[in-house]
Amino acid sequence: MVAVTIDGKTVEAREGMTILGAAKAAGVDIPTLCWMKKINDIGACRVCVVEVEGEERMAAACNTAVRDGMVIHTNTPAVVRARQTNLQMILSEHRNECTSCARSETCALRRLCADFGIQSMPFDARPPKGEWDEDFPLVRDSSKCIKCMRCVAECEKVQHCAVWDFTGSGPHMKVTVKDGLNIDAAGCALCGQCITHCPTGALTSRRDIPKVMDAIADPDTIAVVQVAPAVRAAWGEPLGLAREDATPGRMASALRALGFDYVYDTDFAADLTIMEEGSEFVQFMSSDKPRPMFTSCCPGWVRFAKLHYPQFVSQLSSAKSPHQMMGAVVKNTMRAVAEEAGKRLFVVSVMPCVAKKYECDVPQLATEAGRDVDAVLTVREFDRMLKMFRVDCAALEETEFDNPLGLSTGAGTIFGRTGGVMEAALRSAVFLITGNNPDFSTCDTTAATPDKPWVTKELDVDGTPVRIAVASGLGNTAKLLDAIEAGEVDLDFVEIMACPGGCVGGGGQPIVFNQELASERAANLNALDEADTLRYSHENPDIQTLYKDWIGEPLNHTAHEWLHTDQEAWDI
Amino acid sequence: MSRLPVFAPTKADEQARVIADAVINRVSVYGNSTCPLETAVGFFKLCASQSCGKCTPCRIGLTRLTDSLESILRGEHVEGIVEQVIMVCDTLYKSADCAIGFQAGRVGLAFADLIKEDAESHLANGVCTQPFTAVPCVKECPSHVDIPGYIACLREGRAADAVRVIRNDNPFPSACAFVCEHPCEHTCRRGMIDAPVNIRGMKQRAVLTAGAVDVPQKADATGKKVAIIGGGPSGLTAAYYLALMGHDITVYEQNVHLGGMMYYGIPRYRLPEENLNYDIDAILSLGIEVKLNAKVGEDVQWEDLVNGYDAVYIAIGAHHFRDLGIDYATREGVMSAATFLHQVADGNPCDLQGKDVVVVGGGNVAMDATRTAKRLGAKSVRCIYRRRIEDMTALTEEVEAAIAEGCEMVELMSPVRIDKGTDHEIAFVGQPQMPSLYRGGRPAPIATRSEEAVFECDVLIEAIGQIIEYQYFTDKGVEQNRGRFLSDEHGRANGFENVFVGGDCQTGPSTVIRAIAAGKAVAANIDAYLGFGHDVFDDVRIPRATFDSKLACGRVNIRERSAAERAGDFDGVEIPLRDEDAAQECSRCLRCDHFGMGSLRGGRPEKW
Repeated sequence: MVAVTIDGKTVEAREGMTILGAAKAAGVDIPTLCWMKKINDIGACRVCVVEVEGEERMAAACNTAVRDGMVIHTNTPAVVRARQTNLQMILSEHRNECTSCARSETCALRRLCADFGIQSMPFDARPPKGEWDEDFPLVRDSSKCIKCMRCVAECEKVQHCAVWDFTGSGPHMKVTVKDGLNIDAAGCALCGQCITHCPTGALTSRRDIPKVMDAIADPDTIAVVQVAPAVRAAWGEPLGLAREDATPGRMASALRALGFDYVYDTDFAADLTIMEEGSEFVQFMSSDKPRPMFTSCCPGWVRFAKLHYPQFVSQLSSAKSPHQMMGAVVKNTMRAVAEEAGKRLFVVSVMPCVAKKYECDVPQLATEAGRDVDAVLTVREFDRMLKMFRVDCAALEETEFDNPLGLSTGAGTIFGRTGGVMEAALRSAVFLITGNNPDFSTCDTTAATPDKPWVTKELDVDGTPVRIAVASGLGNTAKLLDAIEAGEVDLDFVEIMACPGGCVGGGGQPIVFNQELASERAANLNALDEADTLRYSHENPDIQTLYKDWIGEPLNHTAHEWLHTDQEAWDI
Repeated sequence: MSRLPVFAPTKADEQARVIADAVINRVSVYGNSTCPLETAVGFFKLCASQSCGKCTPCRIGLTRLTDSLESILRGEHVEGIVEQVIMVCDTLYKSADCAIGFQAGRVGLAFADLIKEDAESHLANGVCTQPFTAVPCVKECPSHVDIPGYIACLREGRAADAVRVIRNDNPFPSACAFVCEHPCEHTCRRGMIDAPVNIRGMKQRAVLTAGAVDVPQKADATGKKVAIIGGGPSGLTAAYYLALMGHDITVYEQNVHLGGMMYYGIPRYRLPEENLNYDIDAILSLGIEVKLNAKVGEDVQWEDLVNGYDAVYIAIGAHHFRDLGIDYATREGVMSAATFLHQVADGNPCDLQGKDVVVVGGGNVAMDATRTAKRLGAKSVRCIYRRRIEDMTALTEEVEAAIAEGCEMVELMSPVRIDKGTDHEIAFVGQPQMPSLYRGGRPAPIATRSEEAVFECDVLIEAIGQIIEYQYFTDKGVEQNRGRFLSDEHGRANGFENVFVGGDCQTGPSTVIRAIAAGKAVAANIDAYLGFGHDVFDDVRIPRATFDSKLACGRVNIRERSAAERAGDFDGVEIPLRDEDAAQECSRCLRCDHFGMGSLRGGRPEKW
């Protein structure tokens, strides 16, 4: 341990700790922009500079190690002036049209400039120009890029894709898609982590609100909305709702307030997924197919596999992702009624996800009834619509989802966190094999965390060992796949989620600068699961009705028509 | 399968190197004839071109700096823009991550005052503080010799005319041909292509092939009398021009020979006596009265000079030497370089045959003493200096020549005391040093914890700086500061109407060409003071510039006799350029008097 004095207060700090870390421990706040702990400590933005006694120059707090006896001043007029000048410089290369920016309320640059009283622009603004394919689900506006390199680091170090790179030097250094490729050819999984880690509005997701509003407004359209498991854990954050107030029931009311005709729960489709994928797994266990089988609920994972590990795509479960199943069920079961009324069906998915904006457009997923899902909104867009429509969510009464596609089990709810799909699948797979519901603890996967590459578990199912693994985040995924390929691990069933922590950490979730909220949101989902009276997907009575009235049996012909796909055939 | 390529520079690396080399070439000849703001813009753009672009102040700040400076250059009045430039430099210096950025800011802050002054001039008056000078070598020569003019004459084979052109601004073409430090070459535009033109080499070629060249016709006698104290380069330059102007000149020289440091300081092997006499003979041919062995204060009194002459020029140089300021256990065999070199010049050198000699100092005088001691037959000569060899103020070629001749350089050794030796009379005790932080443009030496080192010798020659014998003159009312006479920018001594000072005694120890330049300026100013405006120019036809492709071509250097041979005698060490050498060097001159802005006013320096 070393002793350092920060703003007059002498504190102990671990040797090798940064000034920023020591200051945080001492309760001193130092502003940052580019810094991401252990991921991007490159000291690029220079807003964290501090004075060190005995030195003429200032040190970057984020990547300067403390030394014994160091006397640090974080808040002198000279420090403030240097930070202000650097902020003004950054602004001179940033298109400051904050009023019409998707990140208006969550922009870290905007907040810092406000904090530092930047009320004049001494430099001519020269935001750089750049081209972008605005139809792609991931949108980049280079005129708002501040070259903090967070996207580059996140994509390369956390998500393994290395889609982003920088090119050129000096004043014309810029962030680009690697090798100058078009984004659709750059191996992007569309996880959206670069978006949620961008401090400004340089990276956003495609805005699909207009077509959703058109559908709601059209009297000849039945607007159906479904909402993903992980949405209920986060949707209230930007609205200022406490977690206990942001209930699924209030969320259902909020969706109704937007004017949707039917408000369904993707949790129901999660239960349906378990029926199909669980049954598929039971068959798989008695087959000689190559191990392991992979879950397929996450389109970011599917894209990643297709682009980076194509040798594993054939081992994906053929089950569609839950919201696509829901879309297929809605379109196929409500088609006759809608046609009779002379209306068309329009299915909207509210998702914590950017990749699903891609997925819903994949032509190979369509059924006789047309495309499964017509539009995907992120949670951010959902919250935006609630503000547009001036919905006072705190004052809303809680209501049920519409039935029969609204009833779900706790097993469906935990789909939103890493390990949840596996846990729900195990609860039902064990039942399908043994005829008995397993203990919840037998299937528990809450040990899964993006801080570890993966976690494994071995179950004894009627004397048959079942070896499962759970990984989230594509960097972790790559490590697991490499280990599988190298024969270092033998597994039967693997759950992959592209985003660290699963959908609760999804690229379509609300953004809070430099806060990773996945585990907090996951706790919310776990609490909902524990409180649920139904916690086995196969016990969902409406699922049983759906099979009885429409599908028949899992994995039968209709199930394959509606609920399964061949990911190898997907357009990318 | 393999996974690691063997290193080989890529084509991109090689291309980058080519550009970088070209940048180094161009920047190496950055003159001071361009606008300071424009130079600053170029500097900051160069810095930006080296930036990786990671950090805010470097990536953006450097561009905003050049934006602001260019806006000032366009005359755009923006409130607080000058302060903003300084603020950006400060932020760059304080908050950039690496030297690419922070050093740019540090340099910006270092010339903040210059930027401010020039920016205010641009904004307030729309003019630059820096007058544009078309011909960089002429601008950089303290005496503003028409270098392209004399090179062109030499190229046509008109060596005598070349000498005439030089004498228009410098009456020591021959002395300078051997010993000038040639600042002109440092800004020679040819450096942008390959290397500066060998200007001194061509001057040498001109004087060696011209033979005796008549001086111009003197103006009609004015009846005015001017006394010049000191027969060195500055005094004789003033004497030459004032005599040409028709004034009656008397030179008071305390020694038995004219030439000052050129005779008594610079050894013959660098400036052979006949080559110095070439100039002195020409100067004296004007009928200047010279009083040798005439020390002011002893042989002639100040009052006689100021009352007996219309004007007085004090150009006494800096001929005294300091000692080391340490404890001396013996003074036997210890002498100053001044005394040592003076004795040699007088033909009365001390006997060093077979002796061990130590010289202390790192300037040109120290090298002169070192190389002279070697030539006097010393068994060993060690030159001890408290800084590093590269910090020596001596010309690099002088240091290298001394080493080649068998002398040893002992660097980073600071004098502690002089003890009595065991095998020799003298033991020089030194404390090993190491270079430290920069002070005044050089790293300051600091003492290391290493043990003291002892250098025994028979003779110790101290060459650690020259000082001026000012006491007599200050007693008479001539002002001094730190041992240097004070004057206005025209050389007029503070508090006097008709007394002028110049050369080393006014600037401190400096170069021959600066002393000459002072003599020239003072001559003009005395002439003006006396109520005249004489033009002493010898009109020489300068050949027109010719056009060619200016292809890169190697510079021909002046060669030297082999070290082993030259170390045994006092003959000149240099081997002058041959016909073909000189012809090629002449053709390398870019004629900046014609090409570029030089064409605007005919390319010649203004007549003075």
